[in-house]
Parts: sequence; C-alpha cells; structure tokens
Amino acid sequence: MTRSYPDYDVLAKWDTVSFDDKTRHVLRKRLGETPPRRFFSEEEWALMEVLCARLAPTPQRGGPVPITCWLDARLHEGDTEGYRIEGALPEAEAWHRGLKAIDEQARTDYVRPFIALDVETQVILLKRIQKGEVDARVWHGLKAGDFFTSTLLREVVGIYYAHPAAWSEMGFGGPASPRGYVRMGLNEHDPWEAREAKPGGARKPRGSGVA
Amino acid sequence: MSDFEASTPLARDGRAPNVFREGGWTPMRQYSETEEVDFAIVGTGAGGGTLAARLAEKGFSVVAFDAGPFFRPLEDFASDEESQSKLYWLDERIVDGADPLVMGGNNSGKCVGGSTVHFAMVSLRFRPEHFKARTLLGYGADWPVDWREMWGYYDQVERALSISGPLSYPWGPARPAYPYRPHPMNACAQAMAVGCEHMGMKWAPMPLATVSAPRGESPPCVQRGFCRFGCSTNAKQSALVVWIPRALKAGAEVRDLAMVGRVELGSGGQVTGLHYHREGAWRFQKAKNVVVAGYAIETPRLLLNSACPDAPDGLANSSGLVGKYLMTQPNQGVFGRTKEESRWYKGPPILCVSEHWNYCDDKNFPGGYTLMSQGPMPQEWVNIQVGARKLWGSDLRHAMLDYNHMVGMKVVGEGLPSVHNSVTLADEVDQYGLRIPRITYSWTEGDKALIAHSMDQMQGCLEGANATDIFRQEQDTNHLNGTARMGDDPRTSVVNPDGRTWDHPNLWVCDGSTFPTTGGVNPSLTIQAMALRTADRIEALAARGEL
Repeated sequence: MTRSYPDYDVLAKWDTVSFDDKTRHVLRKRLGETPPRRFFSEEEWALMEVLCARLAPTPQRGGPVPITCWLDARLHEGDTEGYRIEGALPEAEAWHRGLKAIDEQARTDYVRPFIALDVETQVILLKRIQKGEVDARVWHGLKAGDFFTSTLLREVVGIYYAHPAAWSEMGFGGPASPRGYVRMGLNEHDPWEAREAKPGGARKPRGSGVA
Repeated sequence: MSDFEASTPLARDGRAPNVFREGGWTPMRQYSETEEVDFAIVGTGAGGGTLAARLAEKGFSVVAFDAGPFFRPLEDFASDEESQSKLYWLDERIVDGADPLVMGGNNSGKCVGGSTVHFAMVSLRFRPEHFKARTLLGYGADWPVDWREMWGYYDQVERALSISGPLSYPWGPARPAYPYRPHPMNACAQAMAVGCEHMGMKWAPMPLATVSAPRGESPPCVQRGFCRFGCSTNAKQSALVVWIPRALKAGAEVRDLAMVGRVELGSGGQVTGLHYHREGAWRFQKAKNVVVAGYAIETPRLLLNSACPDAPDGLANSSGLVGKYLMTQPNQGVFGRTKEESRWYKGPPILCVSEHWNYCDDKNFPGGYTLMSQGPMPQEWVNIQVGARKLWGSDLRHAMLDYNHMVGMKVVGEGLPSVHNSVTLADEVDQYGLRIPRITYSWTEGDKALIAHSMDQMQGCLEGANATDIFRQEQDTNHLNGTARMGDDPRTSVVNPDGRTWDHPNLWVCDGSTFPTTGGVNPSLTIQAMALRTADRIEALAARGEL
C-alpha cells in the first residue's frame, strides 16, 4: 500500500464534537449488534460469507467487517431498493436463485461446491460470472452479469463502506456533526482529520485524527 | 430518535414537530375531515410545501399530506449515509425502456419536505431562452409563461431561502446579488475552476440553498458534507425548514405518514376531496380544491389511480398526456486523481458551477447543460467504482484508498421531452393496495449527443487541472420532470399556466411534473418559483370569483 492512514481511527472521535447523539445511536447498533440468520438458508449464509471475503476488501486492521448478517436483516425486513427492471425477479427471489446459480456453476465447472474451491479458482469463476460467461441453463433466466454487479456486488460493498473500519482505512473524515470542517482547500486538513503517511516521510505522523 | 420515529404520525393533537428544537413542538391548527377545506395538497416538497405556506399566508384553509414521516433534523438525522436512506422513496416501481431509470435516492424523497430534505441545494435559474426552447432554439417545447415573470419569482425564492452565491453571476441577464455570500470552494471545486480556465469556460461559486451566515433559527453551514443525506444542523434551506414552519404558522395543517391513494371526482367535473391512508385506515378529506404535488412519478400515478366512470382514463387525462413526456436529466460524471490531497467529503458536495454550455449555442446537439464539481461520500463513491469501473476485491480496495486524492465533475443536462418516455400503471399493487408505477425511459439521439459532448468537456477540464487516471461514469441520471405538462392548449397539455387542470377546474398540479422542458439546470428553484406564481394566480382568481 503506497498510501494509508496508519494512525487514524475515526472512532477515536466518538466523544468529540464530530459525533452527535443520533450518529452514536446509529453506529452503536451497527458495531454492537449481529442480526440473526432469518432470510438466507444455512448453505446460502455460508456461501455469502465466502463471497463477501472475495468481493469486499479486507480491512488492514481488526477483524473482517460483518456483511452477511446485515444483508440478511435487510432482505428479511423486505426493504426494497425502490425499483425493479421489467421482467426481473423480485429482489428476494433473485437472491435465492442467484446464489444457487453461483454454486451450481461451480459444481458444473469444477465438480465441487463454490465454497470448496480454492481462492484463486473462486476469483476466476466470479470474473466469468461478472462478464456473463456462464452456462445459461444453470441461471434459469437470471442475467448472471446483472445479478453479480447490480445485486450481489453493490450490496456487499455498500455494507462494507458503511463500516467505520472502512472509513478509517480510506481516511474518510466520518461523522461531522455538529462540528464540520474549516480548512477546505487543496492539501489542507483540520486537526481532526486523518493524517496521510507520506512515502519516505515520518513513520508516525503527528496528531492523527484525534481531537 | 428511536426506530419508532417512522411509524407513528407526529403532526396531530393540535401540534406538529418544531424542526428547530430537539423534542420541540409547534402549535398546529387542525381541520375536520368533514370540513370542506379550501385546499388539500398532496405532497410537501418544493412544490407542495411552498404552495401550502403561501396559500395559508394568503388566508386560505390548507391541509397538506405527505406519505413520509415528519423529522426533526437535530435529533433524527445522523452523519451517516446508510441510515439516512430513510429519506428516500423506496417503494417498489417497475422500470423499463432502453435506458431504465435508477429510482430511489437520487430522485425522490419520502418525508415532510420531500426531496429538498436530501437535495444538493443547487439553486439555479433557467436561461431565459430555455422557457421558449421550441421557438427560439428549435427543440423541445415552449413554456406558456414569460421568462421575465419567472425571473421575478426567482428573486423572491432566492430571498426566501437566503441563497448563498456570488456577487455577480457570469451568465445571462443581470440579476440581483445573491442574498448571502458564497461558500468557500473546496479543493475539488478549485480543481474544477482551474480546469474551466484551461478550457476557456467561465466558472463561479455555486449558488446554494444552505446559509453562509445565520438566518432566523438556521445557523451557518459548518461544511460537514452530508447534505445529500439530510442536514443535521438546519443550515440547509429545505422545504422542511423554510416553507413548512411558515405554513404551520399561517394556520395550515400538515398530515404526516398520510398516503393519498385517490382523488374523488364528483358531479360536474369537480373533485370533492381525497382518500388517504393514515394510522392503518383509509380516510376521506373533503376539499374545495385538490392540488397534486407528488413529483413526476407519484403525481401521474395518483391521477391515473383516480380513474372512475366519469374519467375512465384517469383524472385530468382527456388529452391522454398524463404520465407522458417524462424527462430526467443526464447526470454523468468524470473523475480523476490529483497529487494533492483533495478530501472532497468536506463542504456541500457541489461548490463550483459552469453554465457555459447552457448559454453557448455553438454546439452540435439540442439542449444545454451545467457542469459542477462533485464530492461523493464513501457509499456513493464505491457505487461509482463498482458501476463504472467494475472493480471488486483488492482492486476495489486499492482504488478506494485514493479517495482523498480524487476530484470529479458532473453534468446536469437538459433531457429532452419525448412522448415515448412515460409513467403508466403496472398491474402489481403496493402495501396500500394501489397499483404501482411503471416508468419507461430511453434516451433520445439528442440526449446521447449532449451526454457525449459533456463528458468530453469534463475530461478536458480534469486534464487541465492535471488530474490523472481519469475515468468516466457513463450512466447516471437525476431529477424528474414532465408527466403533467403545462401549456396553452387543452389538447396538448394537462394543466394551464396556473397549474390548473384543463378537465377539472378545482384540481391543480404544482410540482416538477408540469415542466414542458427541464432546462439545463437542477429544477428545485424553478419548482418553487412556479409554486409562488401559482399561489399568486389562485389569489387573483379567488378575488375575481373565478376559483
């Protein structure tokens, strides 16, 4: 990694004026709760865990960001995205059928369930699915490329980038109310923003992101 | 601030939430359902919210309905993209056509204040010629109103919202200085300005509906950057913060979590009131006039869902044009990397504007467009990476680590009206048992030429600003207009210049759906200007006994 924010933790601002009560309430829930499995089957859940590991980046520090449980919660509650392309399956059905198709595609091509493939093979197969290079009989009318990008990938990475660990890694300022920002221009930052580690520069930048 | 917030109406028992106080209330006048109120207004956004305030201030009795909840921003809005999706209209809709529209966050709202609660606050006037695009520029349609009259109403809206903008604006006829000074341009806006200079285009700080100094109970903007997910400080001059408090003070009633499902047609072509769903039951409000202000999808949907034996094709639809001429605006983007740190999450997301291509007619496509700087939040940004660049896994992680070094621009273009782009009813029904909308959209050849031109211009700007690794977001849209177009001829329009439907003298439309064209700018300022005009016209008609 050429650039990162080794000493920045957005949650270090928890008790500062960058966080307000409503934001703390929302994030406490996101960080503290693990919704139970209600939408996915056990097999689907296990497959989702592996897919999340392939699709979402893994944070540099801390454990993996929980994704499957929040996706399950959203689908269980029936929250919709607000639209559906004509002829497309309702979202819940698309998930069940899409996950089944990914697994069947693995069994068709490699005679093993997806989760039993080595990481390299999983990546190769997912790239083919992304491009729609699949066995149409396995997908039963579902468009593999659309399911991959618009349903699976968008949801997984969307949940990932709602997590403070992802914000810390990318140097995002995070919650900013009631205190916002003052220094706005190129190469300007406030003391409560992430300090970037410059290549060849001081290893431990001063005053990173805590105020 | 519990999850309870979105399920129980708050505006009731003689009081409504005070948006400026945590846990605060403000007195609210209430009307009985059997009382024939002067105006029942469906929707409380830029159109309905503005009209409710002005009609109440003129002494009319007003009840305004919104399908969504009544938030107090100070206690209900988190600095968080994910949880703030509660501001969007996410009920199921079917989309089709060659270029199906992505619905949800970027083009609709479901709360009191409508989508102004999460809009990016861009407050631009139409170019005068865009009100007569057919006659003067040879494309689209003419508006049945004069630009000078509209510019008078723009003056009024800009003062009502204390728009923060430059002292002098580089394009178009002289206009008054904006009421408040412009916001400082963030790094991304500065990069766009450099790029515009390189391309020989003028630029300016963007006129924005968030205050740069205190105004009433609104504190100055603190540049927190979450504007598109609800302003938690009330600096943003949304309908929720500006027009709704004025409406309540003047004696209007607001009914939150009240989904209007049907407007009732009585005898003699007059409507008699509306059916709405609140607290688990269908109810009926009698009204002398009904105003539909649900924006370009829900407005035609309600008119079509109100079909009855005397209006079998839906209300106000004798022309067959309800739901027709749906327009969106091209919203493509171009992004690149800079050596410097840009940290584009700071400040309102859009701080620099160039209207060069609205005012320059030396071009090979119909319509105009605005260019603007852009500052996406992490979820928005990853969505662009996934959609435009098809990245995932470690490739995605590498790209996202460049977040603080990105600059970008977006276009808001004048999508052209086409009779083939439409809102109709699907057979499927929603949670209220109402047929859901089918939204059909395809770009016209003119749209495609505009989009290609704008992306080349944005790329040129970013290259001029020394950005590298430039890439294009080829597909994005925002804003919705048309579907109940206004005109001078009942055969070719749904409403007259006052927003009054040709078919039913006491049924009105007041929102972006009356637009015959979209202009090359974001629509909110024009929707509010039209609402002020409609209020004045209603007052004049009432005085003459012609209501």
